[in-house]
Amino acid sequence: MSNPDEPRGDGERDWSLVVEDGVAKVNEPVSSAVADAEAATRRHEPHEPSRQHLPEKLYEPRRQVHNKRIDGPFRRFKWFVMLVTLAIYYITPWIRWDRGAYAPDQAVLVDLANRRFYMFSIEIWPQEFYFVAGLLIMAGIGLFLVTSAVGRAWCGYACPQTVWTDLFQHIDRFVDGDRNARMRLDAAPWTWGKVLRRGFKWTIYLIIGFWTGGAWIMYFADAPTLVHDFWRGEAAPVAYITVAVLTLTTVTLGGFMREQVCIYMCPWPRIQTAMMDEKSLLVTYKDWRGEPRGSVKKSEKHPGEFGDCIDCTMCVQVCPTGIDIREGPQIGCITCALCIDACDRVMKDIGRPRGLIDYATLEDCQAEAAGGEVRSPWKALFRPRTLVYLGIWSAIGAAMLFALGTRSRLDLTVAADRNPPYMLMSDGAVRNSYTLKLRNMSSEPRDMHIAIEGLDGGVMWTDSTAMDQASRVQDVTVPADETRTVRAYVRAPDGTTTQDFAFLLSGGGERPESDRAETRFDAPEE
Amino acid sequence: MANKQSDGKRIDEPTGTETVGHEWDGIEELDTPMPRWWLWTLYLTIVWAIAYVIAYPAWPMLHKATEGVLGWSSRGQLAEEMSAADLARVSVGERLAAIDINKVPANDALMQQARAGGAAAFKVNCVQCHGAGAGGNQNLGYPNLNDDDWLWGGDMASIEYTIEHGIRQPGSDRRQSQMPSFEGMFDSAQLDAVAQHVLSLSGKAKPNRAGAQLFADNCAVCHGSRGDGNRELGAPRLNDAIWLRGNTAEAIKAQMLNPKMGAMPAWGERLDPMTIKMLTVYVHSLGGGEDFVEVAAEPGDEVDEQP
Repeated sequence: MSNPDEPRGDGERDWSLVVEDGVAKVNEPVSSAVADAEAATRRHEPHEPSRQHLPEKLYEPRRQVHNKRIDGPFRRFKWFVMLVTLAIYYITPWIRWDRGAYAPDQAVLVDLANRRFYMFSIEIWPQEFYFVAGLLIMAGIGLFLVTSAVGRAWCGYACPQTVWTDLFQHIDRFVDGDRNARMRLDAAPWTWGKVLRRGFKWTIYLIIGFWTGGAWIMYFADAPTLVHDFWRGEAAPVAYITVAVLTLTTVTLGGFMREQVCIYMCPWPRIQTAMMDEKSLLVTYKDWRGEPRGSVKKSEKHPGEFGDCIDCTMCVQVCPTGIDIREGPQIGCITCALCIDACDRVMKDIGRPRGLIDYATLEDCQAEAAGGEVRSPWKALFRPRTLVYLGIWSAIGAAMLFALGTRSRLDLTVAADRNPPYMLMSDGAVRNSYTLKLRNMSSEPRDMHIAIEGLDGGVMWTDSTAMDQASRVQDVTVPADETRTVRAYVRAPDGTTTQDFAFLLSGGGERPESDRAETRFDAPEE
Repeated sequence: MANKQSDGKRIDEPTGTETVGHEWDGIEELDTPMPRWWLWTLYLTIVWAIAYVIAYPAWPMLHKATEGVLGWSSRGQLAEEMSAADLARVSVGERLAAIDINKVPANDALMQQARAGGAAAFKVNCVQCHGAGAGGNQNLGYPNLNDDDWLWGGDMASIEYTIEHGIRQPGSDRRQSQMPSFEGMFDSAQLDAVAQHVLSLSGKAKPNRAGAQLFADNCAVCHGSRGDGNRELGAPRLNDAIWLRGNTAEAIKAQMLNPKMGAMPAWGERLDPMTIKMLTVYVHSLGGGEDFVEVAAEPGDEVDEQP
């Protein structure tokens, strides 16, 4: 067999074969679906032995990822996003917000016991859950928008799994050193030194996990009180259980599972794959520029034969999910762009233009591979699809803001007793009974008037007033932020026929409001 | 290029992974090997299942399932939750038992709890006769409890006494009365005259002298000269719009000839004092409850406090 690295007689190297790990394998085709000129979608040799020699595997052993430290614009952006998201998560429950004497003063609070959701000046009751549904829909369409524009940016920067994994990888680096030191330590026998080091590292893991779980429960109760109760052992059992579970999941998922979550557990990469198109940005190895790979020395010896990639594998070493981006787009790539930082740095060092690995759309890649201009990734952001998503997203947001601004803080519902529908009083008058629900959604008690509209001669009394105080208007005080149930007894003189009428509820306070509920008065048929 | 295997499976070139062997319109699925931890998770669930089967009821046998070493059962859990709920109600019960029924309305929280408890007890014990909405039954003579007409008194204390001792129960001193039968005492014309007079009391007929005289002689003792009724005797008011057994002349005559009188069990024998107080509060709150002031004036209606 001839050595494929030797130039052939005509001066051309035979690229149909490569030798790797001592095994010759075919270099030519790539996936049958994407061969040919579509360079951007071409996959390159996975670092694996030839498939003909692969044994059948029942499972895939985990290969620990030890990503190398790297600095660059994308790494700095990642730091920034990490700082902002973690700060939001840990600090939000401690922000105070004055709502007066009758409501909690925590800015963001999910009060499950009282079934209230507070978010700054917004307070949501359970029946207004459509606001939360709206937020979730916005979050969903927001992900559509982000994915169609910048691909898996969520995965790469903002996903909690990414942020916490990043945090834990920094801990690894802080305790055990960078990639090579960590790999050495992994392979080293379990000496006391290693045990101590691991113990120290895992203690930090636990503290982070505990802090994460501890911050979570702060959203569900008054934070200062809860911290106090928690350490005195007086908090609700569910608080301790939640912290324990979240500590465990944080340490397991962030400290140990890491990229396995993205690759095997998360459904989102699969969904995103379907949402991306040839105009979406993704982190791409520009193979038409990089291939064939050759070291600087080789390319100096044979100018024009080798591409820009010098096969230094820096892009592989810095990858937090341990993939080789040069194999093409793949499910393991969370598009965190650290390989761009790494490659740009190498290209700068050897004096070649940056962007061998870069954010690009498939369309631009094809144009570029065919000899076109390098188009700025920013231009990929605005196109009909992203604008339509942005439009829908903004429309839902605007509609929700409008609904929020115009919603009534006072509400009346009426349920007429159906059994018995009416009853006679001693003087022959007809009486009907109603259950009224008076809702006061403001954070102060309100004096309200219930009035009868229509029903000539009808008067009412309630379960808190006596029958002889019956009149057409009753005054009721509804406590702050509560629904009060009032039984109303309506009496109409003898001879009244079955008819519709309405209760009118009006409430004062800072913002006078009123509500009206129609109902029916039943009378004997004669 | 594909490496064909005998069962249609092949190795996918770029990934080096075997396919599952099916093809759908050119789309093939890779048989990607599972990560090792996934496999361990599977084994863990198997161990968990074995432990669960041992600890909890699992295998169906002929008569019942295996019991499990923890001894848990859904019925047992229900019983525990019920007794926990009972325990939680003890404080309400104790406070209710200690307080005079007339003072309950002053305590708003207790009043609400009592009303809610009474509503539940009413649905179990009372709806059979008085109806789910306490509307009673005109044909069968079960009083409507929503209105302002009370046979034996509509204040808290009277209602409580009525519920506790029942109506016309043997062995009880009060809530006893009997309307005599006038069968054979009046002839047909006299019967008509009395019935017309009774109807005239509430303006449903024209007054007649003969009827008025007969009413004054025979009926006014209990029902009052103007038909106001007598709560001591449970004699219904005849001059209002509410009729227990019909408002036609025929119905009135039938009642004179063959009097029907309602009876109610003495619930004091069946229910605990707390439940009776709750029922009292509930019935009183149905819209026709009367004030307690009148009661205080009547020492006869003093409540028998349970020991």
